[in-house]
Order: sequence, then C-alpha cells, then structure tokens
Amino acid sequence: MSVKNKAAIIGIGELKPTKEPGNATPLSLMAQAGAMAIEDAGLEKRDIDGVLVGMAFGDPGILYPSAVCEVLGIRPRMLNQVDIGGASAAGMVWRAAAAIDAGMCQAVLCLTGDVNRLGEQRPPIISVAREFEWPYGNIGANCGYALIAQRHMYEYGTKPEQLAKIAVDQRKNALKNPLAFFNDKPLTIEDVLASPIICSPLHLYEIVSPMSGAAAFVMVGPEIARRAPHPPVWLLGAGESCSHSTITYARSLTESAIKESAKAAFEMAGLMPKDMNLICPYDCYTITVLITLEDAGFCKKGHGGPFVMEHDLSYEGDLPCNTHGGQLSFGQPGLAGGMSHVTEAARQLMGRAGERQVKNARFAFVNGNGGVMSEQTSIILERKS
Amino acid sequence: MSEYFKPLPKPTAISEPFWSAARRHELMLQRCEQCKTFIYYPRPRCPECFSDRLKWEPVSGKGTVYSFTVVHRAATRMFADKPYVLAIVELDEGPRMTTNIVAPPESVKVGMRVVVEFDDVTPECTLVKFKPLEQ
Ligand SMILES: [Zn+2]
Repeated sequence: MSVKNKAAIIGIGELKPTKEPGNATPLSLMAQAGAMAIEDAGLEKRDIDGVLVGMAFGDPGILYPSAVCEVLGIRPRMLNQVDIGGASAAGMVWRAAAAIDAGMCQAVLCLTGDVNRLGEQRPPIISVAREFEWPYGNIGANCGYALIAQRHMYEYGTKPEQLAKIAVDQRKNALKNPLAFFNDKPLTIEDVLASPIICSPLHLYEIVSPMSGAAAFVMVGPEIARRAPHPPVWLLGAGESCSHSTITYARSLTESAIKESAKAAFEMAGLMPKDMNLICPYDCYTITVLITLEDAGFCKKGHGGPFVMEHDLSYEGDLPCNTHGGQLSFGQPGLAGGMSHVTEAARQLMGRAGERQVKNARFAFVNGNGGVMSEQTSIILERKS
Repeated sequence: MSEYFKPLPKPTAISEPFWSAARRHELMLQRCEQCKTFIYYPRPRCPECFSDRLKWEPVSGKGTVYSFTVVHRAATRMFADKPYVLAIVELDEGPRMTTNIVAPPESVKVGMRVVVEFDDVTPECTLVKFKPLEQ
C-alpha cells in the first residue's frame, strides 16, 4: 500500500508576493489563491470536500481549518492544519493523496498564505526554545542556517562563492517569472558576496525575504483527474522525516533528514535522482539547496559546492532548479513560500511555465523543509504522457 | 549594575536543578542511569533509551566549538546592541549546547577548545556561556 499514483494536482493558484499588503489578511489572500486554484482545476467550490491549510504567522490560532472553511463556505469531509513549517505544502500533497485514496474525500484544496508586516521576530511558542535558545540570542532562522553553513564550510571546505552561485542561477530563472518579486535585474556572484553579512557566513542575498501572499492547489483522485482541463500531475513518490526541532540537538548540522525522506520518495517512485527533469528544493537559504542536493543524492556528501559550480541550475541548464526563482527570488509569503516549489513543479509538468518552460519535463523532485532543517518532506511528481 | 533587557529562562520542574547549579557557578547535567548518556537540555525522560531514571551530575565544563555565527543583524531589537557570537559547544561529556562565546568575534574558530564561563546576568539568573580555554 502506498500513495503512488493515487492522486494528482489538477489546479494551482498563486499570488505575486508583495511587500505592501495594505489591509489584506491571510484569510483574504488564501481565499483569492484558493478561488484561482479551484477555477484552474475546472471545478466548483461545491466540489471541494477536503481542506488542508498551513499556519499563518500573521493569524496564528488553533482550530484554524474550520475558520478557513467557514470563511470560504466549504463543508469538508476532511480538514486539517499541516504544521511542518516550510515542508507543509509538500506534506499536504501526500496527505491529500492518502485521504483521497482512503475514500475520505475526493477533491482536496491545499492552502497557504500569510501577511507579513512586522520587522520584529515573534517569540517562539515552543517552551524549550524560549528557555534554552532565546537567552543566548538563538532567535530566528538566520542563526540556525548560519551555524549549519559554518559547519559545512569547516567539514567540507565549501566556499561562499559556491553558495552564492545558487542564488545567481535562481535569479536567472526569476527574470522569466512574472510572479517573482525579484525579477527585474540579474544577480552576480560578486553582488551576493558584496551584500552585507547578516549572520556569518550568510550574506543578505543568500537569505529569503519575508513577504505577503498566498498559494493553493487542488488534488483529486483518478476519476476527477480524467476530466481535468490541464494535464494532471501525479504523485509518484513521497517520504517524510524529522530529526530535531532546534539544530543544536540534531544528530548532525550538515547531514539532514532529507537522506531518509528523499530515499523513501525515490524508492516509492522507483526512480533515481538522475531521472528528474527538474528539481524544486526548498530554498530559505542557499545552504538549504546545497544540503538538499547532497542528501537527496544528486551529488556526493560534501561535494555540493563543486557540484553547483559545474552545473547550470537555470531553466535552460543541465539541472533546472527552482525555475520560478526559488523563494530567494520569488519571495517568502509565509508557508506559501514553501508552496511555490510545489506550484512551480506542477506548472512545469503541465507545460505552463512560459518562457522558462523546461522542455519535455516529465519527472520533478520537490523537497519541503521546515524550521532549521528539521521537518523534511520529499515528493516526486509525474506528468503521464 | 545596568538593567538587563534580554530574554531570561523560566525554569520548570524539569530544568530547575540546571539553573540553580548555574547560579552556584556549577555546570550540572542530567545523566541516564540506565544507558549512562549525558543529556542537554533537561528532559522528562532519557531521549536515547526513554528511561525516567535520570540523575544530576557535575560535568567538566570543557568542550569544543562545534559551530558558531557572528550575529551582525539580530532578528530582535533585544540583541541588536552589538554583534555577538552565538555558538554550539560540544561538551567533552557528549551533549551539545546553544551558548555564547565570550571572546572577540574574530578570534572564534570551529574546533576551538572552550571552558564554561558563568554570566550572572541578573541576581536571579546565571547564563551558561563559554570562553577560550587557556592551555
Ligand atoms: Zn538512557
């Protein structure tokens, strides 16, 4: 029993991230993206009988899924909040497929969205982080990823310019994406290295920019998928793993739980990394992409630095990676940032990526990453010929 | 003494012995009586073997910088006064701790030997930091 080939993404909706949300609320943005996704799927709101929603930092609360359904006027047979940070969207894909396969519902709307007005980091709600991290200034994700990057450089000799190359190639992709926030001018390795150090060794241009926005997709089973207006994008493999909450207490700073999640996803799909036509690894920071390439098996452990220098990660390169620009150039509207990897993979496989379309794209690898390399969800998607 | 504005730990039933030891300038960790693992941060049960037979033991206070970052732009104003060294120290007894290295930022290196340095930030609270070990 597995979720292989049990459900497909048939519709997507996504707003262009903004720094000026005005008086928008996370729910208003989610409603907009949700309506787009339902229409894109060729369905009506009344067809939606399952809802998975991610937490909005701008509207945190318990019992959130019912509030979302009430606002949208949906009477679901399955509803839940997926709370695995940046892995939430990828996590929704297999959860929706499992619910559909189990007969609990037929059409699942997966929603994320957020409004970001604050420059200030909110206190962690996890009591142990408040007690053992905050007093020492381990606040916000920048610190954790900086600790990881520093250790990766120490263990493997990874260089700042190698990390910078990831942001540079992804920017080239963003220039072809009208929805990307940073899509007006190219970026060079020198630009990245000349940007201010925020937490050593991380430069400003290696770090996502928080924004407001929303994204949504609709997943259905085979029967509805057959009537879909766009080519359905099938879930072929999925894996999930988590090794820690705070990076200090992980088994390793440089070897992530992607080792397990990606292995499980590839095994279920019966495929290898070399079979992928494009990849969408979560990219809150450049180091996140580098470690994903290593731990998912696209290159040997520790070789991520030379690997990204040797390969063209752009939409026209030999390893198209985050062809929407990644969050680094697309922007990070809360958990909708993590959904951008899913929507982009779906868009590419449907053949709707416009000027940045990867030719003959059939298989895509998507990795969602929550917290500081803690929650990992890997999925493999396919467009059937 | 100037007022202290940074966040302070709120000890719990589980962690109180750790923080009271720190106030006495002693570094104490939980140790599992069943599998002998040293544990940080304090837990209700041994995260390795799940035993609840944990007891508090003094440790050497010596360790190695496993990784660090110099935080130039803090995520919160409370830490924005000046760059600080946030570090993960691997204690000689095994566990890793989130902490600060009290030393000029440019002198800190991964792999550097360090020793505990207690920082009495308020009369009620002592934070466990580290400084370079003179050899
Ligand atoms: Zn034990």
